[in-house]
Amino acid sequence: MSATYTLEGRTGPWELVIGLEVHAQVVSNAKLFSGAATAFGAEPNTQVSFIDAGFPGMLPVINRECVAQAIRTGLGLNAQINLWSRFDRKNYFYADLPQGYQISQYAHPIVGKGAVEITLSDGTTKTIGITRLHLEQDAGKSLHDQHPTKTFVDLNRSGIALMEIVSEPDMRSPEEAGAYLAKLRQIMRYLGTCDGNMEEGSLRADVNVSVRRPGEGYRTRCEVKNINSIRFVMQAIEAEARRQIAVWEEGGEVEQETRLFDTGRGVTRSMRSKEEAHDYRYFPDPDLPPLVLDEAWVEELRRGLPELPDARKARYMRDFGLPAYDASVLVAEKETAAYYEEVARGRDPKLAANWVMGDLFAALNRTKRTIEDPPVSARDLGALLDLMKDGTLSGKLAKEVFEAMVETGKPPGAIVEERGLRQVTDTGAIEAAVSKVLAANADKVAEYKAGKDKLFGFFVGQVMKAMQGKANPALVNETLKRALG
Amino acid sequence: MHPTDFTLAGALAALEEGAISAVELTRAHLDAIEALNPRLNAFITVTAEQAMAAARESDARRARGEARPLEGIPLAVKDLFCTAGVRTTAASRILGNFVPPYESTVTAQLLRDGAVFLGKANLDEFAMGSSNLTSAFGPVENPWSRRDDPETKLVPGGSSGGSAAAVAARMALGATGTDTGGSIRQPAAFCGVVGIKPTYGRCSRFGIVAFASSLDQAGPFARTVEDCAILLRSMSGHDPKDSTSANVPVPDFAAACKRSVKGLRIGVPKEYRLDGMPAEIEALWRQGLDWLHAEGAETVEISLPHTKYALPTYYIVAPAEASSNLARYDGVRYGLRVEEKGDDLRTMYERTRAAGFGAEVKRRIMIGTYVLSAGYYEAYYLKAQKVRALIARDFDQAWEKVDAIVTPATPSAAFAMGEKTDDPVTMYLNDVFTVTANLAGLPGLAVPAGLDAQGLPLGLQVIGRAFDEETVFAVGAAIERAADFKALPRVRAGA
Repeated sequence: MSATYTLEGRTGPWELVIGLEVHAQVVSNAKLFSGAATAFGAEPNTQVSFIDAGFPGMLPVINRECVAQAIRTGLGLNAQINLWSRFDRKNYFYADLPQGYQISQYAHPIVGKGAVEITLSDGTTKTIGITRLHLEQDAGKSLHDQHPTKTFVDLNRSGIALMEIVSEPDMRSPEEAGAYLAKLRQIMRYLGTCDGNMEEGSLRADVNVSVRRPGEGYRTRCEVKNINSIRFVMQAIEAEARRQIAVWEEGGEVEQETRLFDTGRGVTRSMRSKEEAHDYRYFPDPDLPPLVLDEAWVEELRRGLPELPDARKARYMRDFGLPAYDASVLVAEKETAAYYEEVARGRDPKLAANWVMGDLFAALNRTKRTIEDPPVSARDLGALLDLMKDGTLSGKLAKEVFEAMVETGKPPGAIVEERGLRQVTDTGAIEAAVSKVLAANADKVAEYKAGKDKLFGFFVGQVMKAMQGKANPALVNETLKRALG
Repeated sequence: MHPTDFTLAGALAALEEGAISAVELTRAHLDAIEALNPRLNAFITVTAEQAMAAARESDARRARGEARPLEGIPLAVKDLFCTAGVRTTAASRILGNFVPPYESTVTAQLLRDGAVFLGKANLDEFAMGSSNLTSAFGPVENPWSRRDDPETKLVPGGSSGGSAAAVAARMALGATGTDTGGSIRQPAAFCGVVGIKPTYGRCSRFGIVAFASSLDQAGPFARTVEDCAILLRSMSGHDPKDSTSANVPVPDFAAACKRSVKGLRIGVPKEYRLDGMPAEIEALWRQGLDWLHAEGAETVEISLPHTKYALPTYYIVAPAEASSNLARYDGVRYGLRVEEKGDDLRTMYERTRAAGFGAEVKRRIMIGTYVLSAGYYEAYYLKAQKVRALIARDFDQAWEKVDAIVTPATPSAAFAMGEKTDDPVTMYLNDVFTVTANLAGLPGLAVPAGLDAQGLPLGLQVIGRAFDEETVFAVGAAIERAADFKALPRVRAGA
């Protein structure tokens, strides 16, 4: 258990209490209640049905795949799946809300209590409670910068399915909040229920923050809305906590309100106070009967779940003997894990891990490519490992071949052939080179024989140099030792 | 015989025999509209050209032996149903010149079956009213008038007043309506025609401008029970585009009209005997039960104890849903927009909705907004939902004892324009016999059964079990046969 994180105020230390409401866009081809497409980046208002645009007489019909995705996510969060849930209307007026209400599961969410485990940088773990997950529609987008006096509205997003995932106020530091959000993202990406793309707005967080003296109950919280990166979530929490500490320490009172994070200035500012809060007049949507799930279907979805990151990490540690850190790194993204597993299949898993985390990651950085589009395929990297194992390549040569693979995209066998990089295991050739080196360095041989053991490395280097680095190092060692008697 | 005097079934037979063509039938109805609509105002939009084109197409199909179930039948469509390419107003200024690019499921099914649409029938704005006086396109006049006072204009009832008046005055062989609290049955009774609100979920709501989603249901008007049955069959059926549409088979309703009522148990709810109910309504009710008794049905007194809470419950649930359903009329994407230079979004909303909605719609939006507000939701909306469940339970218990329930359709005959209009609550009382069927989701049919002392039609209502419209039609047809209602409105085609 790590020490409680505190922020030091003028009058002493303060603890933080943090809860997150995460809005995750469901991966599905169609919207939550209409058949319109959901692809990102389409021309404005090209993915809009009459339902999404709130036309007269249009009715919502639930998209079964979106429901399945919510259930999968709930199962991935070790949460209770509610076999009976219901859609309510959240009523408010805005130009990008065509129906004049958002359909959302306010009173009866599809997913109830659950939990996720986060790992912190000091290696400790902590369980964060999930309060609920519910399905709701996204609104459209108001574009205020297209015209000097008018606002343009893009309804492509209107009606897209979102999962709102609400945590318990279990987090106590920006790091924990960041780790929690990263973990949710990881789980949903494994499940394929949310692509987790924060730049495109597929994953956004509202952060509830309050501060308190150690040992106290909860004080008033503020909500910082609509943050779209893990880094900003962490920054916003600290900024908001510092603001609240200053208010309390000046003898003031923190007012419950909704705030926005100004990423440029690193401060939060007020959006609306509690008094200005909308009365959303929630009531059950009469266009939609309650959502009743068949238990057998939920079980079918459960059986179809992929291996999740925690289970995969445990397997890497147990079956592959990887250290916890390496296992965490490799499972962080499911694409990385898939890459690693392909390299490791039938090979030394530790060696595979070293190559993926070392040379491959370095190559990704250098070439600014991603694991989904790597400069060296998992298959080719595996082939490279095989060439080391069968003695074709030394470790040193293998690194050279790998760099050539990064540059050319060719498989290792081709590079070995083209460049003649095959390691020399011909003992005759090695013996000849050894004799030549020893003859040319008679003085050093004398020194060595007089007890200067360090010179052995020098002889190895000279032999390798003479053979353009292609000699099998073990054979060179062996031959030298024999020759030097 | 004048072509507008056909029943729908009679017209189908005449078309099949070649005694009349769809073009002649449609022309006769368009002529009737041209002659009578300036006075009655039953239509907001008349689509004469499309109707004639459709009629010609119908004649061609029939000639090819490809006649469909409603081939060539001219109908009026309540202007709450979206019709592709034809202006749909909901009788509100706020929809402006809205022309939907889509067709409601119910009207699409009627077109599929060969119906010819004459135009869009007037209604109370957004179907909110019992008089058709709240239409932004002016009131509809009832084709009937008082024997002693023929000059006083009467209301046709509402909200489907234009549909009922058009059928009564023989401007259409039938019409579509919608019924949220009595909006088919009350105008049917006021205009001396037949109308049925089927079971909730029987007809798709897709493409019908929503008033109160949990209560709205489409249904037909016609001049006979059988004609209504024929139309309802075309209008019914499961629609995957409406999540509340029921996936149940659609029976042959017309065949059910010929069923005997012998042995049926007819419930007479004692709570529907209101204090101060006109004696002629009471007498008509008794008469109707006697007719059914004479046909071999058994009458059984029943109790629906929560009836007295039905109107207040309805006037919480319906406005609550309406306040949300009408939020989309905001001037942003279609319909009316009223703005002045420099207006912010909120000001534009306020101007648009102030100018676009009439007084009754505003009243209901405000009531609905109020009952859903924080602090009032539990006391009003939630309580109303609980009472609604009790009202439904009353009926469930009744169905253990009876097969259908017969009540008056309305507490009075048609009233005059200007009467009952000062106090909205008096107006709301018109729905006292009809709202229960909406709250419980049950089918209810209004059939003309007699005249009051002033010669105005009075109707009886038949309520049935959910998805048992067949029994409702059988009982309605029995009343129709016994009543032998032959009276005609003063204003009508061919008169």
